[in-house]
Amino acid sequence: MNKAEILVIDDEPQIRKLLQISLESNDYRVVQAVNAREGLSFAALHPPDLILLDLGLPDKSGHDVLKEFREWYSRPIIILSVVDDEQDIVAALDHGASDYLTKPFRTGELLARIRSAIRRSINDNSETNIVCRAFEINLIARTVKMHGQFIKLTGTEYNLIALFARNEGKVLTHQYILREIWGIGYQTETQYLRVFVGQLRKKLEENPNNPQYIITESGVGYRFQ
Amino acid sequence: MLPLRVKYSSVRQLITSILLILVVSGVSYAFRHVLSYQIVALVLLLAVSILAILFDIIPVLIAAVFSAVVLNFVFIQPIFTFRIDGPEATLMFLMYFVVALINAFLSNKIRRAEKTMLKNAEHANTIKLYDTLFNSLSHELRTPISTIIGATDVLLENESKITATNKNQLTQEISIAAFRLNRQVENLLNMSKLEAGILKPRLDWTDLNELVFKIINQLDARDHRIQFNPTLELPLIKIDKVLLEQIIGNLLHNAIEHTPGNTLIEIHISCALEFCTIIIKDNGTGFPQDTIYHVFEKFYRLPNSAAGGTGLGLSIAKGFTEYLNGTIMLENRKNGGAKFTISLPVESSYLTEYKDE
Repeated sequence: MNKAEILVIDDEPQIRKLLQISLESNDYRVVQAVNAREGLSFAALHPPDLILLDLGLPDKSGHDVLKEFREWYSRPIIILSVVDDEQDIVAALDHGASDYLTKPFRTGELLARIRSAIRRSINDNSETNIVCRAFEINLIARTVKMHGQFIKLTGTEYNLIALFARNEGKVLTHQYILREIWGIGYQTETQYLRVFVGQLRKKLEENPNNPQYIITESGVGYRFQ
Repeated sequence: MLPLRVKYSSVRQLITSILLILVVSGVSYAFRHVLSYQIVALVLLLAVSILAILFDIIPVLIAAVFSAVVLNFVFIQPIFTFRIDGPEATLMFLMYFVVALINAFLSNKIRRAEKTMLKNAEHANTIKLYDTLFNSLSHELRTPISTIIGATDVLLENESKITATNKNQLTQEISIAAFRLNRQVENLLNMSKLEAGILKPRLDWTDLNELVFKIINQLDARDHRIQFNPTLELPLIKIDKVLLEQIIGNLLHNAIEHTPGNTLIEIHISCALEFCTIIIKDNGTGFPQDTIYHVFEKFYRLPNSAAGGTGLGLSIAKGFTEYLNGTIMLENRKNGGAKFTISLPVESSYLTEYKDE
């Protein structure tokens, strides 16, 4: 298998160095760009398998760069940010970022995010049967098995877990989930979402108060892992 | 003493002043048969004095002049004219006019002096605060930085001479120092957010049990025992989750840092109607009684407390709690150890199930 190529766009030489070493020692090929202009032209010349994009670039706002990329680039873009402002992260995710990491981050976490983002981008969406973790979800029969046992779910609970399973490892914003499950106009009804996630956890999690599968990302959304 | 301040716009101050004079005059007019104009003058003077305490100079001066005009027109014989008969009444009127004006000026002067005093005191406090800040900062930031610089120097320059064990140890020291530095910076950023008043509460429905578990999972509490039994039948509460996470996290971190190993730290949450209470207690050594009132102060550190803190954690916890309109309380437990109680007003929802078939 070819090594996946990752384009790192960050103006801080130290961060680029660190990313280069940790990614190369994990068998990725690394291309570096020091600003948005360079990043956009490198990517256009030779589209990488994944982009690590710093939100605070000197020549252009990260959100604008993200929008420009998303006009033609459909592979994963993971946002790196020093701003721990959830609104900012939610905005980036809404503009098409695949995931995010706030600096300082652990290398293990970075690699896990990259692996899961690349895996999702390779998987086509034509699967009718999703197997992840202890779960097996049949999208045609609309059934869910946990450890091989069928579990009884309501319609909405099923829709939720199917959405989560299709996006395994990826953070999903509240607004995105609400729009996907309940449709336009429900984006602010986070209470619905909490209640249904709570119900679903009661059925899936060993300890619903300390969940292992459906993880809350404070102020941002949920991550199924 | 704080000067009494009424924050009205000048126009509203003026209207209120005129109204007060009119009402006082009206009441006095109703009792004109039992009140001499001398008494009425004193009553009006009292009204102007009260206004002078509360309001700015311009509206008070206008009120003083207006009250003099009303006194002359309505109460001094011949009434309903601007004429004054007799030297006694003329003298009375002139004295009223002068005393009212002096009153207004003096009050204003006192108010200004108080303002300057307050400003100077604030300035002195700020300077003191910055002194403490720089002392604390230079120590608490430079210690981990020194560790990092020193350790990397050794690693870079003595590459061939260091044993693998030492190398590993140095790398671990760098890691510890970096995390310590990160925590200090986070506290400083939180404190400046609080001070700059740029926090905006983002209320969202929150499951407190889950939040507490999440915080516990992120803590490094190898040497301590943390006990949390989730409260059953807990409602969802609407609160700023990120701030609450910081509050509880800081209190737990504080307990871990400043109690001996193997200390039991317990967390208990309960919600009733529009209030949630979070209790964090330990069976450590507690706080010396005379320090309890100071522990929430910025940069305050207990004498002889362990290295690695800026004295910001608890004051941030307090600041954030108060920002969420709650209260935070510290007491020593009877059998030793500290007990923090956070009370927060919240909107809660006991709705835990939706039917959707």
